[in-house]
Amino acid sequence: MIAAAILGAVGIITVAGAVGVVATRSVVYAAVFLLLSLVGVAGLFLMMLAEFIALAQILIYGGAITIVLLFAIMLTRAPEQAHQQDNQQRPLAAMACFGLFILLTATALSTPWRTRDASSDPMAEFTALSELLFSDFLIPFEIASLVLLVALIGAVVLTRSGREGA
Amino acid sequence: MTSLEFMLILGAALFCLGLYGVLARRNAVLVLMSIELMLNAVNVHLIAFARYVAGTEAIAHVLIIFVITIAAAEVGLALAIVLRMFRNWETVNLDRISTLQQ
Repeated sequence: MIAAAILGAVGIITVAGAVGVVATRSVVYAAVFLLLSLVGVAGLFLMMLAEFIALAQILIYGGAITIVLLFAIMLTRAPEQAHQQDNQQRPLAAMACFGLFILLTATALSTPWRTRDASSDPMAEFTALSELLFSDFLIPFEIASLVLLVALIGAVVLTRSGREGA
Repeated sequence: MTSLEFMLILGAALFCLGLYGVLARRNAVLVLMSIELMLNAVNVHLIAFARYVAGTEAIAHVLIIFVITIAAAEVGLALAIVLRMFRNWETVNLDRISTLQQ
């Protein structure tokens, strides 16, 4: 009962943050709402006993990505920022997204899921994750580091001042 | 409504809000934020399946680690491109930027 109430509260926080991101006019407020929503998602992960993913979520999304987004907002302040942030295809986009939501909800409710009893061992998922990550997924894991390196170099090259002929 | 269905509907709501943001927002940074919402919706679905559906146990956790990694790389690169756009055109309004030339 208490768990259901907490779950509902976390869900409401998450969706409210997401609504804030797409509804507010101020870009900075949108970043703060995004942070709220991302922390809410971390709470959902915790409710589903994925502690490690929840921690990674808070560290990477809550810490790094939100700060980088805020930096980008501050560096791209243009006079037009105060104006309308939505374009003219808004009604169509709202209809399409609402339709997709109805479709996904109907699918989720009508599919006969093969549910399983959730394991009571809180470390089971964590142990399985680490074992998989360093056995079957070792090569993708190493390639992920390469992807991050390439992204890092690419970001540096792209934002470098173009005066020296770049 | 079971916990699985609650999580799936929540993820669907997040995904649709993110999609709306991508389609209807004008500011490139806001579009990036909406993409982050969509990625998070997918993560919520993956964890919900890993927790409640048989036969999907730990693989979803590995997938989420990779999703978060790629999301971090994507945000870094995309914001670099947005900064570059702003330097070239003095705007991040996606309706105004319709050419790949300088």
